[in-house]
This record gives sequence, structure tokens and C-alpha cells, in this order.
Amino acid sequence: MSSETLSPSHWALGRLSWDAVPMAHEPIVLATFIAVVLGGLVVLAGITKFRLWGPLWRDWICSIDHKRIGIMYMILGLVMLLRGFADAVMMRLQQAMAFGDNMGYLPPHHYDQIFTAHGVIMIFFVAMPLVTGLMNYLVPLQIGARDVSFPFLNNFSFWMTTAGAVLVMVSLFLGEFSTSGWLALSNLGAQSPSTGLDYYIWALQIAGVGTTLSGINLIVTIIKMRAPGMSLMKMPVFTWTALCTNALIVASFPVLTAALVLMSLDRYVGTNFFTNELGGNPMLYVNLIWIWGHPEVYILVLPAFGVFSEVVATFSKKRLFGYTSMVYATVCITILSYLVWLHHFFTMGSGASVNTFFGITTMIISIPTGAKIFNWLFTMYKGRIRFELPMMWTVAFMVTFAIGGMTGVLLAVPPADFVLHNSLFLIAHFHNVIIGGVVFAMFAGINYWYPKAFGYKLDRTWGVRSFWLWLVGFWVAFTPLYVLGLMGVTRRANHFEDQSLQIWFVIAAIGAAMIAAGIGCFLIQLVVSFLKREQLRDWTGDPWDGRTLEWATSSPPPNYNFAFTPVVHEIDAWWDMKKHGYKRPLAGFQPIHMPANTGAGVVISGLSLVFGFALIWHMWLLAGVSFAAVVLAAIIHTFNYKRDFYIPASEVISTEEARTLHLARHV
Amino acid sequence: MLKLPQLRGPTWLLALTALGSLAGCSKAVVLNPAGDVAAQQGQMVITATLLMLIIIVPVIALTLLFAWKYRQGNTEAEYDPEWHHSTTLELVIWTVPLLIIIALGAITWIGTHKLDPYRPLDRIDAQRAVPADVKPLEVQVVAMDWKWLFFYPEQGIATVNEVAAPVDRPILFKLTATSTMNAFYVPDLAGMIYAMPGMQTELNAVINKPGVFKGMSSHYSGAGFSGMTFKFHGLSNEDFAQWVQKAKTEGKPLDKGTYLNLVKPSERDPVQRFASVEEGLYDKVLNRCVEDGKMCMHHMMAIDALGGDAYMRAAGLNLPQDVCTVQNAAQVVAALETRNAPAPTTGASIRQ
Repeated sequence: MSSETLSPSHWALGRLSWDAVPMAHEPIVLATFIAVVLGGLVVLAGITKFRLWGPLWRDWICSIDHKRIGIMYMILGLVMLLRGFADAVMMRLQQAMAFGDNMGYLPPHHYDQIFTAHGVIMIFFVAMPLVTGLMNYLVPLQIGARDVSFPFLNNFSFWMTTAGAVLVMVSLFLGEFSTSGWLALSNLGAQSPSTGLDYYIWALQIAGVGTTLSGINLIVTIIKMRAPGMSLMKMPVFTWTALCTNALIVASFPVLTAALVLMSLDRYVGTNFFTNELGGNPMLYVNLIWIWGHPEVYILVLPAFGVFSEVVATFSKKRLFGYTSMVYATVCITILSYLVWLHHFFTMGSGASVNTFFGITTMIISIPTGAKIFNWLFTMYKGRIRFELPMMWTVAFMVTFAIGGMTGVLLAVPPADFVLHNSLFLIAHFHNVIIGGVVFAMFAGINYWYPKAFGYKLDRTWGVRSFWLWLVGFWVAFTPLYVLGLMGVTRRANHFEDQSLQIWFVIAAIGAAMIAAGIGCFLIQLVVSFLKREQLRDWTGDPWDGRTLEWATSSPPPNYNFAFTPVVHEIDAWWDMKKHGYKRPLAGFQPIHMPANTGAGVVISGLSLVFGFALIWHMWLLAGVSFAAVVLAAIIHTFNYKRDFYIPASEVISTEEARTLHLARHV
Repeated sequence: MLKLPQLRGPTWLLALTALGSLAGCSKAVVLNPAGDVAAQQGQMVITATLLMLIIIVPVIALTLLFAWKYRQGNTEAEYDPEWHHSTTLELVIWTVPLLIIIALGAITWIGTHKLDPYRPLDRIDAQRAVPADVKPLEVQVVAMDWKWLFFYPEQGIATVNEVAAPVDRPILFKLTATSTMNAFYVPDLAGMIYAMPGMQTELNAVINKPGVFKGMSSHYSGAGFSGMTFKFHGLSNEDFAQWVQKAKTEGKPLDKGTYLNLVKPSERDPVQRFASVEEGLYDKVLNRCVEDGKMCMHHMMAIDALGGDAYMRAAGLNLPQDVCTVQNAAQVVAALETRNAPAPTTGASIRQ
């Protein structure tokens, strides 16, 4: 920063120059760029040809409908999954090759960016959007509401998250991404002058705004908008986990924001919070980031538990065993997740008493988690289990996660952690719980709720193929990592001397290839199901004989979700309604008050994206202008009085009559 | 309809092959190391795993059993859609894991204290206690970008990317770093410990078998990280004496100038030996004041502890003019200390 001149071109372009375009000398990046440009052109041409710009803008980009926003989150997560997985494949290839004299095909600087990007993308821009998308789609439906509490905020949150993702993608083609690991634990503060860490900071800060606001939104929705009769202890378990997860988000994301603010102060104005100088201390950063980072793990996994709870009850055709203990277990985990962060760095050298405290609190979390597994187990007991795709993912999860949980508790024993920390055993462990827990849950959830969102089921054949390739591929990819960890092999290395280790990395690469095929089968599943949608069509709105309120309405639900707000008497409200011979009301429809679409969210987020980009490249003029524009756009939006409208009763009547007709014709 | 044997097949086959190959594989160094501390830590891995298997095995078995038994096709199995609560069962599913965690917690408490890396060893291996007259071999470790520098204060030598110790003599490592966090890890010797700039951690360990063992940085520290490996030699007393002698005859002296050259980032450096080390160099590295004119951290902290700027002015001195060189700082601290209660004089240990 010191060598920067303040010439006019610097005010405009900052440190951006032709040297910052890595394509010129990196063929992999060049090929990716060409593919992205061509793919992008095809998509843009397609939208133009089919005249979809209008509908795309009106019905999706500006939509404040929680269902459409939920679907957009899922699309974002799945697109970013492809990017994050491409990084994983590149790492696996490098580690399978680079032994002895062979240095592999990725130089350290490139390899380090790849593992950093892999972690950042998979957690922030795959797992988070998928989980948030599912919560967004389902929570209002499950509690019998017509939308979330703050529909505009919801749209804004989504676009802020997307802006963060776009910033990470831009780093591929302009400048470089961080080489500091997914939590930026290394090369802190001012030590690395490149743009990588700045991309990291601003991508996470912008996306973090979205995540925090979405957390607040969903908490308020769950607290304030439940259907009459739905007391907290009658909420569906998925909604409970969503409540706890969003409480975690609201309480922990500010810590991340603060840590990143301190780090950006170190980088931009020369403070010394996390440097080695003048009393600064990197240990402070490590503590702060994990105080956010550990709850983050539970932010991801709690909704996953929620999905499995819904799936296991529906497909066992039986009420969830131990609803109350399930809820208390979730709340226990929520609270305990704040008391364990130090287990990520036992080896930093705190005293034995500190390590013991955090080791034991970590183990205690396994008690409510274990109780949950038992609850699913005893839900299956004396059930009638239909092995549809969501249930297959659930059984695979229970087996896989039990092992991942066990290795997790093992790592919580400090003396064991001293020999396993930072090893490939640790890598295997957290992929075991994140893939075995969160990813499996997302596939269970997608297969389970897809008919609700689109009106037709997903194709089973390709779903089964995807399932087996993922499950077997996971174990083929990560069992070798457990083994290598026990051989004392540590993480993030791009080269190994010991040739005898190579076979294990080759096996792991084969596993990655199987998972790639599993992702391919999933994408084919989506396409095939779309083509066969008339065969797979569900007119009832309740294809699985469901238990919770989302199955009470049509598939896809009308934009007002429920023509009449349902009244709840029991846990599993829809099951209860069906049992008591619920009759769909056919008359007496009223106009429905709904929020109106707006483009303000995407505009403000777009300006924030420009602001972040300008800060990364030190384009101070652009940064100032775009920041002023963000504030101005927000103020202008407050003068938008067209916030709501009424769906006329006639439209409600025609929608509901069409449904009555379909129900009569297809039952 | 899902075929459950399929589900059991691939996963379990794999898990079993993995376990089998581990049991027969001497390379699983974590479970079969050459040093007593690592051996006890490996033992903890096994004990904890076995303890948890008490609950994990039944859970997995029951999952597969229930999934099979209560499948839709099996109409003979009991179906009770309203059965969703059993106080006894709930007690069991909360209590059994609790009991196991109590047991594991107790083992953890004891093990963590006993294997605290700061705790001086009381045994050489399972059979032998440390004799009363044996003093641990002290090795001062500096993690640099991207190599390791080892000081032997007792022997007066230093080495780069190679470290050695006599078999069965306790070793006390004191560790710091120059710029970025690293972790010092010799899997055969003992668990890893971070090496951090401006701070000192400690690791007590002992090697029980002669041999050459792999060592590495196990905490990612930047571009040269993968090449930041070294060899740890477990040697007999005679061989160790020879190894020291080799450094003394072959090596150059390690003075401030040589050190400042050495500290520049470099990758995959060959082994280097130094016959002698400038007095107090490690302390200056630890306190980040090897360069001329840089105030040592322990001096800065001592002045801060005494009241910092205000106190200095009361004593008639000005910050920074009077204090900002190493020599001045040392004098000022000494002067202030004579008038005050003892202030911290050692490096910034991260243990309070």
C-alpha cells in the first residue's frame, strides 16, 4: 500500500492492471474463463430468444415470494457446488500425482488458492444457501403463513448472498483468491499484500449481511406468524431446527463480521490487531473466528437434523418418536455450540485445564446428538418404512453420521487431538459429518420437497444412481483419508516425499470421481424428471402422505400458500387434519393481502458488489460513489409506498376451483 | 424397493478393509510410534474409540435391523403408528450416552493433565521412570518461512531442518516462530504443538527407539509449507555426541548477521549446521528484536506493566525517544525494576 501513488488513474482503477489478469499465464484459468463466457452467452441468448427477460425480472429477480427466493437460494447453492467440487477434484488430482520428483500440476500458489476457495465456497456459498433456501421455502408453509415477516428483506438477503458469491467468482478471473485457508488462519493482516484476502473479506462481509438479515427474518417469522393453535411445542421439528439455527446465525455472525472488520482495519489502515507487532496477536483472531466458526457448523447441521426428522416420520408412516426430547436436544445443542470453540486449537498450547474444559463440553454435545439418532431409530421401530429416495438418504445418513460423530468425539479428547489435529483424519472427520450430515440431508430434502415446489416427483432411477454413487463414493474418498491421518499425514500439503502413501491418494481420487458421477446423475435426474414431468405429476399436493402443513396446500402452492389460514390442534397438523376428515373449504374466499415485488433488493446488492470490488482494488473514487449510491438507493426505497396489494377474491376463487377440479379428476 | 444388503455391502466392506489394513500396517504411526508420549496419546485414541464403539455399533446395527425389519414389504412386522413415547426408553437413550461421556470425560481429564505438553516427563516409557539426576535435553525451536531452526543451548550448536536427541533422554522443546503460526510435529515422538511468533510454547517428549523419523510443519503457513519438513534422529549417546561434534567441526558460527540472512523466506532448504550461537539469540528471536534498534517484546511489556507512558514520564523519561532502542530499553527496564516489584522478564509465554 505504501508504494501506491495517488495519481488520477489510481483513483479510478486502484491497483487493477493487466498484470492482475491471471488468464494470461494460467491455462487452467483461461480454459475456465472461456467456458464460463461461452456458457454465459448461451444462457443469455436463450433468455433473449425465448423472451424471458421480462418474466425473469418480474417473477424471480424482484420476487419477494419466499418460495421463489427459496428456490433461487437452492439454485445458487447447486451452481456453487459445481465450482466448489471442481476445486475438490483439482486437489485430489494434485495429491494423487505429487510424490517424490513429481511436483504435480499445480504450483503451491495456485493449490493454496484452490483449497481456500473450496472451503469458502462449500461452506458459505453451497451449504449456507442450500440450508437457507430450504428454510425459506419451508418455514412459512410449515407454520401455515403466507410469507415471511419481512418479505423485502428476504429478497435483499438473497441478493447480498449472491453478491458475495459473485465476488468469489470474480477473483478467479481478476486478481487472485486468498491463499490463507478457509478461515484465513494463516498470513494474517497486512502480511499478504495481494488481493486474495481482500476478496475473502468483502465476499464474506457482503454475504454476511444477507445471512444475518435472513436469520432475523426467519426468527421473527417463526415467533410471530405461526397459524392459530400452533404453540411452540406443536411446531414441526424442521421449523424448530430452523428457529435454533437462525438464533445461532443472529448471535454468531456478528462475531465473524467484527473479526473481519478488525482484519480489514489491519489491511487498510495499518492497525495491528492480528499482526505480530505492537501488541497485536494472531491468537486473538483464531479465537474470534472459531467463536463464530463452531456455531456455524451447527447452523448447517441443525436444519439437516430437521429434514431427517420430517423424512423419517413420513416414510415410517409414524409419529416422530420423542418429539419433546428432540426439541430439547436441539435447544441443548444450540446453547452448547457456543462453549466448545477452543477444541479447534487444543494444540495451540493452552493449559491442561482449559483443554479439558473444552474437550468435555464438546463431548457433552454428543449426548443430545446421540438422543436424536435414537429418536430417529425408534421412529423407524414399529413403522412401515417406504424406501423412497429421501428415506434412503436418511438411513445412509444415520450410519455415516454415527461414524463421523464418533471420530468427532475422538478429536475432542485433547491427548488424541494432539496426534490427529490438522491431519487428514480431521479432514475425513469433518467431511464425514458435513457430507454425511448436511449434504445427505440436502439430497433427502430436495427429493422430498421437490414435488411440493414443482408439482412433480423426481425420477427415481437416476436418483438411486446418484444416491449410491454419492454414498459409496464418499466412503471410497474419505476412508483413505482416515487411514492417512493415522499414518501421520497432515493437511494442505501439495507434495509428499513418501511414495508408499500414493496408493491411498489414488483411491481417494477414485472416490472423488464417483462423487462427481453422483453429482452428474443428480443433474440428469433433474433434466429427466422435467422431461417426464407429466408422468411424475402429483395433483394431490400430498404425494408422500405427509404430516406437516406444507402438504395441505397444492403443489406448487399458490403464491398466497393457504386460501384460509389453517387451524392447528396437534403436532403433525396435516396428519391430524386428515385423520379427522378435514374437508377443503370450497367457498367464502376473501381477497388476500400480499406484499408487492420490488427491484430494490437486487439494486442495492448490486451496488454493494461494486463497493466491495472497488475496496478490493483500492479504487477509492468508485468505492465512495458506490457506497453513497447504496445509501441513496436504500433511502429511495423507503419512499416506495407500493409495498402491498390484494389478490382479488375472484382470483383466489378461480385458483382454488382449478385445484378442486384437478383433485376430483385425479383422485 | 431398496435392497438393504446393498447398503451394508459397500460401506462395511470398505470399513473392514480399512481396519484390517491398519491393524497389519506398521505405518499407522499414530497407533504405533517410537516415543513414549506419542504412544500414550495413541493409546488414548484406541481407548476412546473402543469406549464409543459400545454405543456406535449397536446404533448402526439397530439402524440396519429396523430399516430391514420394518420395511413396507414386511407386513408381518408390528405396525404401531401412534407409538411415539416411552419414558423408560427416553431415560435409556439419554443416560447411556451420558454414562459413556462421564467415563470418557474422566479419562480425558486425567489424560489431558498427564499428557500436558508443558508437564515435565516422569517416565521414559511404561516400565521406566525418569532417573532423578537426568536433566532434559533442551531444544529451542524456531519456525521460519519455510524451514526449522533448532538451538541446542547445552551443546552450544544450532541446526536447520534436522534435529537429534539421545534415545531415552527426556527432551524439552521450547518453540516460537518468526512470522506465521506453524505446528511442530514429529508423529513418532509426540503430538503436535503450535509455534507462534512472539510467544513460546513448550513440548516435553522422549524418543525410545533409535532411527530417523519424519518431522513437519502441520499448520499451514504459506507457499513453502509443503516443503517445511525435517528429519528427527533418535541416536545413542555416543552417536549424539558425534552428531554434535559434526556441527562443531563442520559448521559456521550463527551470529546476528547470519541469522538475518537465514530468516529470509526460502523453501526446501538443505540441512545446515552451526558450530556456535551468538549469546541470547533465541531470546531475541522470541522477543522479536534481533534487528538493531527494535525494542524487545519483553521490554515493551515490562514497561507497559509498570504503567507505560505515564510511568515513564513520571520517571523523567520520554517515550519513544529515550527507550526505543534495545540497549536503552534494557537499561530503563532495569532502572524501573529496581524501584518496583518484579516485572515479567521472560518472553511472552502464552500461559498466564
